[in-house]
Amino acid sequence: MAVQRSDQNSVAGSRIKQFIKSLNAAWFTQERIVFAIAFILFAAFSVSLNGFFSVDNLINLMRNVSVLGILGIGMAIVVIGRGIDLSMIAVMAVSSAWTLQLMQNGHSLGLALLGGLVCALSIGVINGLLIAFVEIPALFATLATGIFLYGVGKSTLLDLDVIYLPENLGWFEEIGKGRIGPVPMAIILCGVAMLAAYLFLSKTRFGRFIYGTGDNPLAARITGIPVRVIITAQYTLASFIGFFAGIIVSTAVSAMNTRIFHSTMIYDVILVVVLGGIGLSGGKGSIRNVIVGTLLIGTLLNGMTIMDMQYTMQNLIKSLILLGAIILDSFLHPRNEETAQQGDI
Amino acid sequence: MASSNAFMRARYKYFPDHLVGELLSKRWMESAVPTVILVAVFLYLVGTLPNYLTPVNLMDMGRLYAEFGLVVLAMALVMIGGGVDLSIGSMFALCNVAMLSLINMLGWPLWVAIPSVLVFGAALGAINGFLIGYLKLRAFLTTLVTLIIYRALFDIVLQNFAVEISGGFLDSEVWDFIGDGDVFGVPSSLIAFLIVAIGGHLVISRTRPGWHVMAIGGARRSAYNAGVAVNRTIFMTYVVSGILTALSAIFFAARLGSAGSDVGVGMEVGVLTAAVLGGISLGGGRGSVAKATMGSAIVLLITNGMLRMGMEGGSSSVALGVILLIAVGIDVKWLKNRHKIISKVYVSPAYLDLPSAPSAEENSGTPYEVNNRLKTVTAIGLGKLEGPEDVILDHNDNLFTGTRHGDIMKFSGPNFEKQEVFAHIGGHPLGMAFDPDGNLLVCVGGMGLYGIKPGGEVYRLTDQTNRTWYSVNDDSRLRLADDLDITPDGEVYFSEATIRYEMHSWSLDSLEGRGNGRIICYDLNTGKTRTVIRNLLFPNGICTSFDGMSILFAQSWNCSISRYWIDGPKRGQVEPVIPNLPGYPDNINRASDGNYWLALVGMRTPTFDLALKMPGFRRRMARRVAPDEWLFPNINSGCVLKFNEAGEILDVLWDLGGENHPMITSMREHKGHLYLGGISNNRVGRYKLENADPDWVGIDTYWGKPK
Repeated sequence: MAVQRSDQNSVAGSRIKQFIKSLNAAWFTQERIVFAIAFILFAAFSVSLNGFFSVDNLINLMRNVSVLGILGIGMAIVVIGRGIDLSMIAVMAVSSAWTLQLMQNGHSLGLALLGGLVCALSIGVINGLLIAFVEIPALFATLATGIFLYGVGKSTLLDLDVIYLPENLGWFEEIGKGRIGPVPMAIILCGVAMLAAYLFLSKTRFGRFIYGTGDNPLAARITGIPVRVIITAQYTLASFIGFFAGIIVSTAVSAMNTRIFHSTMIYDVILVVVLGGIGLSGGKGSIRNVIVGTLLIGTLLNGMTIMDMQYTMQNLIKSLILLGAIILDSFLHPRNEETAQQGDI
Repeated sequence: MASSNAFMRARYKYFPDHLVGELLSKRWMESAVPTVILVAVFLYLVGTLPNYLTPVNLMDMGRLYAEFGLVVLAMALVMIGGGVDLSIGSMFALCNVAMLSLINMLGWPLWVAIPSVLVFGAALGAINGFLIGYLKLRAFLTTLVTLIIYRALFDIVLQNFAVEISGGFLDSEVWDFIGDGDVFGVPSSLIAFLIVAIGGHLVISRTRPGWHVMAIGGARRSAYNAGVAVNRTIFMTYVVSGILTALSAIFFAARLGSAGSDVGVGMEVGVLTAAVLGGISLGGGRGSVAKATMGSAIVLLITNGMLRMGMEGGSSSVALGVILLIAVGIDVKWLKNRHKIISKVYVSPAYLDLPSAPSAEENSGTPYEVNNRLKTVTAIGLGKLEGPEDVILDHNDNLFTGTRHGDIMKFSGPNFEKQEVFAHIGGHPLGMAFDPDGNLLVCVGGMGLYGIKPGGEVYRLTDQTNRTWYSVNDDSRLRLADDLDITPDGEVYFSEATIRYEMHSWSLDSLEGRGNGRIICYDLNTGKTRTVIRNLLFPNGICTSFDGMSILFAQSWNCSISRYWIDGPKRGQVEPVIPNLPGYPDNINRASDGNYWLALVGMRTPTFDLALKMPGFRRRMARRVAPDEWLFPNINSGCVLKFNEAGEILDVLWDLGGENHPMITSMREHKGHLYLGGISNNRVGRYKLENADPDWVGIDTYWGKPK
């Protein structure tokens, strides 16, 4: 018996040793660190801020970040494929605003939705073509198409900066306003979108190809993966997700304010993705990282709002955190002179 | 048929197809497109907008241009180093607010405030530089984030101090001069801009730090391996960018004195567009101050013009976005495919109608009838030589020949078994001749005309000639000096086979059928070089006639031998000697019986003769077919001819089997033997001549017997 016990002890001991060993390196993934920070922040806010830890506020928090989470999915897909999409907010704002505008102009809901969708997808395809075929750096191309779309929206498509949702649209309004039990529809839609994206990225051939393309585009191309098609598809998908998020926003508040393009929302989306642990060098990460990143940002935004912090100060703090996240990312996925790609800006 | 031929002949004679490729391969062509755009936009605006050319308007535009241009220069510097700085708009806004608050709120004197703001700008740039240079973050994303950080700081400052900042009013003549003073009608800020631009140009193009920036942008890894301090240099580009932006903001502050919340918003798009449109590549390594100033002028004219025509801000940003994308797209694609495009377009065939070739077949009755007399050729240095184009022998029976590796080989001994490197020049030594002092003069392909003293010491005679003012390719350099001979007056006449191709791609010249070559004269007495005859079809062999009154020269691609009179009544005239050979002539040398030897490097084929009449066919071939599959003239089997002063063919030597000495580019008679060189051979051939003077040495016919 005694012998057996000592055996058990030693087994347990070695397991602990292994655990500690694994703590040193592998356990400290960015995802876990961020999750821990989110948890600590959450606990701190719960203790220190009045009205933070209440069901209403938490549901509110979740609903507020659900749009960020959805946009984060689109950005995650693009970033995994070694790209970035700065035009997502412009797509979200202008395409959904145009849908509302079409309805204002007396068109049917179906036609309006189709119009918005075509608008969003065409920008996605243009992004993809510019990046995959013309080989313009992704940041650059999407920055320009975002400005382009916003300018077109402002000057030709839309009458005003803020477009309101017509009344009595039935089920359509439920997308943003509805609830299933106590849970707002937006949270459920965000969850569904995340599940779908998870399955898409991990279970479908196309999803795996995105990982391959992001990890090493040249090798992927040699293997026979249609890299250019994949890249075009991933931007189109991101634009589609932007449109989807825009519909949720505009039905939730019964309007779409296109000035949101000038806000720092796109950086929030990047923050979600980068902070969650999806490396900007591509090929790494999953939807789980998006969830973690969304939770952290949600907690932070909600806490700062409850603290009644100035909007400009919030921007400053968020952008400093984003800078910290990028620096962390560069330490976790370092580049050096020997492996850096020429012209990689 | 005849009329269409005449049409084709005229079309290819007068339409300069070859200029397309030559222009495209010029670096300055890339600035030509922006220049044309600039002029077009300017003319359009002058035509449409009233009062555009008035001094007041031009002065206003000058100020706007100076402020914008300074920021574009800042961006250009960062971009040339391989980065990008999107935060300049926010830095500009922050510096503007800093300047105004220092003088209006804190009341600092200008001589303290202005340097302080410059330092402040440098500090803002240093943050970017530290993150990108030392922490190796990606420039694009990092400066995008510092853009929002700086903007947030700006917003916070403005929220709290807006009234105080805009409230004060500095009464200072200096400040007014900075804001709207001028010197002889040139705005103060424009003067500052010009000084910065000229200084910047000198730094980038003439100094070590500037070259380091260029090197890092062009090939970061190589720069690192070459020992350039990559991190520090990149850091410095951002610091300088911050200083320039601050300078621009100071002029802006002095001019307007306002701290609006939208100062600098979206500025980065305009600035990027200006830089890329001017021709500064994303990714670095390519760009100049001139390109930046050009690009900023275009963008300023466009945005300002749209504003004046009453277009909304929205459509102006759409226009900028589209221009930016198009410019970047063209830049990326052009950079990637430049070499492919140039190599496809560069070969530009012309029309060449050769008379039908005389037959060389057996029993054809022509003087060229094949025989097998070169069967008895023996080899010298077999397998130890590569590319002996020309051979020459001195009085002591030493044989000299050039090789592909740039060496001059010397063979000596009764059977030339002793081989040594006489001299190393470089390039590919081709034609050779001895001057009166016993120096060996050599035409070196890729280098020029060189001499070797009897001791083996190499010296340069000439590597350039007078530049033709209208030629696009720089024709002052000698690309392919081919063969030479010396006249009794001490003038070295040498041929340059083509001015459009380098030594390694000379065979491409055969596809053009255009007169790309020339004959150049170097005077041994004065050391002057001048071009004598232009537009020759691959001028090759050159030989001074026995009387020293003329030189004979061969043009390979039109299969002819001509005479150029250098003395006597016909001086300066060219007349045909043998107008139509059955093959492509190469070197010409003197024979012991007062006649001349001529090497035919290859025989003409009806196919290629036909192709020469179809330039369109050759152009399609050069564009669509891989170079390995192109139709080239045959240069693998030829013969040796002997002709007299009148151009009559006296003798012909063939190697029928093509085994003994297949390719012949030159031959030199020496003491009863003929020595054969061939540019793609691995040996020199030696052939015993019947009935030849066994004591005849070629040099003696030039400079007499040695005492």
